[in-house]
Parts: sequence; C-alpha cells; structure tokens
Amino acid sequence: MKRRNILSTALTAAALAVAMLSPIAAHAQAKTLKVIPHANLTVLDPVWTTAFITRNHGYMIYDTLFGTDLQGVVKPQMVDKWSVSKDNLLWTFTLRDGLEFHDGKAVTSEDAVASLKRWGSRDSFGGALMRSIDTWATPDAKTFTIKLKTPFGVMLDALGKPSSNVPFIMPARIAATPGTEQIKEHIGSGPYKFNPADFKPGERVIYTKNDKYKPRTEAPNGTTGGKVVKVDRVEWVIIRDAQTQYNALIAGEVDIVEQPAFEQYASLKTQKDIEIFDMSPAGTQFIFRFNHMHPPFNNVKIRQAAMVALGQEAHLKTQVGTPGLFKFCKSMYPCGTPFASDNTGIYTGTADPKKAAAMLKEAGYDGTPVVLMRPTDLAAIAKLPLVAKQQLEAAGFKVDMPQMDWATLVARRAKKDAPAAGGWNAFMTAWTAGDILNPITMAMMNATGDKGWFGWQDDPQIEALKVKFIAAANDAEKKKVAEEIQLRAMETATHVHLGQYNNPAAHRKSVTGLMGAGAQVYWNVTKN
Amino acid sequence: MLRFLLQRLLAIIPVLMVVAVVVFLILRLTPGDPAAVIAGNSATNDEIERIREQLGLTKPLLVQFGIWVGNLLQGDFGYSYYLNKPVTQLMMQRIEPTLSLAVGTITIAIFVAIPLGTIAAWRMGGWLDRLLSMFSVAGFSVPIFVVGYCLIWLFAIKLNWFPVQGYKRIAEGFVPWIMQLILPWITLSTIYVALIARVTRASVSEALTEDYIRTARAKGIRESAVLLRHALANAAVPVATMVGIGVALLIGGVVVTETVYAIPGLGSLTVDAVLNRDFPVIQGLVLLFSVSYVLINLLVDVSYLFLDPRIRY
Repeated sequence: MKRRNILSTALTAAALAVAMLSPIAAHAQAKTLKVIPHANLTVLDPVWTTAFITRNHGYMIYDTLFGTDLQGVVKPQMVDKWSVSKDNLLWTFTLRDGLEFHDGKAVTSEDAVASLKRWGSRDSFGGALMRSIDTWATPDAKTFTIKLKTPFGVMLDALGKPSSNVPFIMPARIAATPGTEQIKEHIGSGPYKFNPADFKPGERVIYTKNDKYKPRTEAPNGTTGGKVVKVDRVEWVIIRDAQTQYNALIAGEVDIVEQPAFEQYASLKTQKDIEIFDMSPAGTQFIFRFNHMHPPFNNVKIRQAAMVALGQEAHLKTQVGTPGLFKFCKSMYPCGTPFASDNTGIYTGTADPKKAAAMLKEAGYDGTPVVLMRPTDLAAIAKLPLVAKQQLEAAGFKVDMPQMDWATLVARRAKKDAPAAGGWNAFMTAWTAGDILNPITMAMMNATGDKGWFGWQDDPQIEALKVKFIAAANDAEKKKVAEEIQLRAMETATHVHLGQYNNPAAHRKSVTGLMGAGAQVYWNVTKN
Repeated sequence: MLRFLLQRLLAIIPVLMVVAVVVFLILRLTPGDPAAVIAGNSATNDEIERIREQLGLTKPLLVQFGIWVGNLLQGDFGYSYYLNKPVTQLMMQRIEPTLSLAVGTITIAIFVAIPLGTIAAWRMGGWLDRLLSMFSVAGFSVPIFVVGYCLIWLFAIKLNWFPVQGYKRIAEGFVPWIMQLILPWITLSTIYVALIARVTRASVSEALTEDYIRTARAKGIRESAVLLRHALANAAVPVATMVGIGVALLIGGVVVTETVYAIPGLGSLTVDAVLNRDFPVIQGLVLLFSVSYVLINLLVDVSYLFLDPRIRY
C-alpha cells in the first residue's frame, strides 16, 4: 500500500472512530438538511428588519394567515374561512383547527390580531391597512374581525404578503413588543422549531422539525398549501466565501447553496452530483434610483432623459452574464406576476443615447455632475454603476462615481444634503419580485416627499392612485389602476428598472422536493 | 525582574486608553451608519433615525464615549447592535477557534522553520539552502487564500482526506478538532515558516562565523552540539523577536484563513462587525487585540532573559 493511502486510511479510520463515539453522531443519523443560506442571520425578528435572511428564518418557525402561490394568487394558510360584508367594510376570519405554538399553547384570534398590529406598525403595506381600520374584534378564540373605515380591496394581498415584512403570527404576549424593539422570544407555530441556545451567529442556525405542525392538505405552491416537513432538522451553515461554498457543496459537506456566484453556474452544471433549482422563479429586478431633491434629477425632463439613456441588456449581461439567468422585462412590476404590463409610456428598456442626448439638450442640462454611488463590496450589484455611468455619459451626462462599501452607501443615501455636500444623485440596487409585486409594496412608488423612500419623490398623483388601488373592488380593477400608476411612475421617472435575473440554488442530487416559493423555504424537501 | 513586569503590565493601561479613544473616534468619524444597515433596503429616514435613537447614536459623542468607558470599567463591553448579545459573550464564543488556529500555526511554524533555517545556515549554498530560499520567496509571495484554495482542492476535494470547511470544538473530540484544523494550520503557517526560517538562517549563519564557534570546533565538540548549543542559542534573540512579530501579525492572516475555511473565529467576527458597522463589537475586538499585542511583546521581552543571560532588566 502506498504511504499516502496508508495515511488516508488511518486518518479516515480515526475520524470514523471518533465520529461514532461522539455525541454528535446521533445528529448524523437523523436526516439533517445542510444549507448555506444567502446571508448570515443576525436579526431574529422578521418584523423589526426587512432583511431577506430574517424573512426566511420567519418562514421556518412562523406561519401566516394567508400565503401567495407562484402565480401570485393569495390563498388561506392558517385561516380556515373568511368573509367580507357587502359594503366591503367588515372582514371576518376564522382560524383552522389544531394550530399550536411551539410552547404547546393554542393559536388564538388574539394572537393573530396582536401580530398583525405589530406588523402594521413597521410594514408599509401593513401601515396602509392599519390606517384603513376602524376597529378589531375577537368574538371567540378562533375568529377575529376587522371593521374598516374605508374599503381595502387588497386586504388578502396584505395578509398574504410573501416578502419582507411578512405578517407572521406569533403569541400575543410576544407580539405585544413594540415594533421598534426586537422580540426576545422566538416561538411560532410554523413547520420548524428554533432553539436560541443552538443559535451560533456567524456559524450555524439549527431548526428542528415541529412534530405537532398540522399542514394543510393542498399541494404546496409558493407560500401556500401543505408545509410538510420531511427531514428531522435543517442546519443553516454560514459560509461567506463563494469559493468555499462551492467546495463544500462539491465535497458533500452541505446539501444546498442558496445563491452561488453567477460565474460558478457553468462549472456547477458539469458536476455529476449537483443540480440547479430556482427557489425564486419570479426573480429579482435591478433598479436605478434618482434623488428627486437635487439637480440635475430634480428636473423631470432630465430624469426622463436618463431613463431613455439606460438600457437593460448591457446591465444584465455585465452583472449577471450567464445566459438563461436574466431576461428583459419592460414592466415595472416583475414579468410573470399579476400586475405586469407592457404599457410603459416613454420607457422602452433599450438604451437610446441619441434620443437621450436630444432630450437632455431640450431639458437644459447644464453639466451638473451626477453623483452615482457604487458599492464595491456587494458583488451582486457592484458592476451595475459601471455600465450606468458609461450609458449616461454616452448621452451627454457628466458622472462622478464615488466608490464605497454598502454600509457607507446606505448611510449616505439617507442624507438629504446636496451631492456636493456629501449627498448623492443616484444609486442602484436590486429587489426580489415579492417586494415589488404591487404599487403599495414597491418602495420606489412611495411618493410622499421627504417622508418617503430614499430619493424622496413628491407626487400627490401617485399617492392618490395608490389610494384608488387599495380601494379597488376586484382584480380587474386593481390591474387597471396598477397600470395607471406604472404609467404615472414612468412619466415622472420615479426610477429606472433594468431587467430581471434569477440566482438559482445549487443542490446535491440526493435532495429532492425543493420549492419555488419566492423566499427560500424548506418544507416538502427530502434528503436521501 | 518583578519591577519590570509590573511596569510593563501597568503600561497596558495608557496603551488601552489611547486605543479606546482612537478606535471610538475612528468609528464615529468614518462614513457608514449602523442604523442605516439595520433598517434595510426599504427603510425611510424616520425609521433610520428611530433606530439611531435606540442605539444611542444621537447622543453627543462625548456622552457616548463616557457611557462606553463607564461600562468598560465595570467589565461591560456593551451589546452587539445586530445580535442583541453581549460583546463579551460573542468574543468568548469565537475565541477558541481563533486561539486553536493561531497556536497551532505558530507551533508548526517554530518547529518547522527553526530546524530548517538552522540546517540551511549550516549547509549554506547547498541544495537545502537553495530550496529554502525558493520556498521563502514563494511563502512571502503567494497570498494565503491561494495557498488555502490549492490545499482544499488537493487534500479535501481530490483526495478527500480533510474537510473543506468548518470547525469542531475540542470538546467534540481531539481527532475531529485536528482534522478540521490541519489544512488551515498549514495554510496560515506557510508565510511564518518562510519568515522565521529566513531569519533563523541569517542569525545562525552569522553566529557560525564567530570565534567561539571556531574554538568549539577546535575543542572537538560534535557538530550537532556546535550547531544547537553554540550557534542556535546565540542566534535565538532575533528569532524570538521574529516569532513575536509573527504572532502579532497572525491577526491579519487569521481573518483570511477563517474566511477561506469558514472558521467561526474572531477574524470572521471582526469582518462582519466592520461590514455592518457594529461599533460595540469592533471596539471590544480592537481592545482585545491590543491587549494581546502588548502581552505578546512582554512575553518576547521576558524570553530574552532566558535566551541571553547578558540581558538584564
């Protein structure tokens, strides 16, 4: 036997012996799904933060009243039945039988109401709902009613909101924590249980199967249907480095990498034990956001010129690159979702520098430099500003592109100072489809001026249309109003959307049943 | 000696005071706002401001500093903005992996580099000496992460001898602990082997030209004794200094190695804290590293007493 074989055998034998004697051997025998999540879980309160990783943590341990399927249809989850009065002002919801929190206590209507109130204190969609509510009532332990001041046609869309902040249901005593403070207990009624003692931030998050969870009987679809747990536990293994994630997957040390680096797909596809699966098929959208407060983008005509100067294709090819993982989408709402529409006014999605230059001249652009911030440490969007700068300059804009880390960028984008005094004119980011499904959840359509989202657009017409959208009685009307809002957003150039992309997960073939749900969820998954 | 030790230990206090002021000011004066990071992508200015108030970041700088120092004097390093856990608890959780990595690395470096450097000096110009020079150049030039990835590719993926990533606590078993750390140790020790071996070679080769070596050889003492008892013993002070510097420099290498091997140590805690602007954690870590530096220097100074009897404090 060669020396290295002897060494290998000896080391393997020693490792096996120790593993068999080790207390952790018991876990190895249980079916454990090992996942490298897309980010490190730090905050455990899914209402307190909008971080996607905390949202995903929420889906592991909490349940929701309603869910949204992959076609964007809202369906009941914890709710058994519901009704609305003829005047659309009184909604009645009844919870399913057998719902139980991880501490063994039954889920009651009081818990649902307290949880919704806390969610409404933080979430923009929830806030819109809260402003429409006159009174809450809990006639019995399983029923609660919401009496509205004005009709809220998107009630189910709000309660079934699939992305941050998701209206998760937690015990009333925990939900009594003000939305401005983090909760200290993490008890839900969802498919997995979480033990804070096992939580090692930056290292590992462990979820164990909730044996008492009663899944719905319908087939799982998006965040709706039966959440059937088929493994004993799920471990989120925190690995930051993309190459180490790849190596761990290839070596079989983990089962799933939620978001491999774009450049790794070609190699992953050649690995015989690995498959690619898209857990967020609706994808993610790149956007370019204007600061509406300061020159030159306080001039709508100059914003429109920029909109015409920027095209999707170059951004997608440069940032994503891998064919099949990106697509052109003319609509502001993600393509393939209910409110998507190609009625986009002046926006074509294709860069037209000549037309943009003419528009810029007509707008009287005086050469004021555009301060476009670039986050160098966020690989998923770091290349976008390089392309945008080139396209804007081709149309005649002057562009300054300060480079900074993401933490600096998010601090600077909150500054309302003039660009020359430490402010900014534009930045770029990405939104998952679940966050921009409709005009209420889409941050860029918050046009309430300096109380609104970064860029602080002030447009009463958009806000009035949003009120109309909320009050819309049926889906057809909602779609019509959503399209009107899109046209107004294009006309006022709220932002520029720059195409959609997908960042599918890579998993070992021993894992089956992964779900495309918008968020990364781990029910229905089997490990052989 | 005792007086010297006492003086040096007391000197830690002003050092820490200066470090505390500098790190506090640097963090507050550099761009980046933890509240904006916490608030997330869809936040508004009001939400960010509310979080800033909760974190106490709206108070005047002097007040913030006073509160922090007041708590420090009571042994309270504060709470992480993100994890809602005491900084001391976080550091205690992460100290074992980093200590394991650092101690193993420096042990390997010493036990490989000093014999290598000594033999190279003894056979100066020979094939071993040339090999050592080549290795030293490579050790200095090749970045740690490249060494790490190459070792992972060969030993973890191709040969499947060691795990790719992660850390097992020593309480989970000695062998799993070692198996998990062998590749990180080799990766991180490469540069220190190169560094210490070169210094050892230079010091020993210089010592070998001294009169007392010639005298020892003339007395018929065995070559190994000449080399170890006379040459190496007299060359030990610069080598000890280099080992001390190496230990101090380890912090930087630990950050990279912990990232490549996904080891949840102080290095990765530092990276996360800096990227998120988690001020209490950064401040706590910088103080911890400062104390470590001072103590390592002290240890090196004390080692001189044993290595060279002519030195007195």
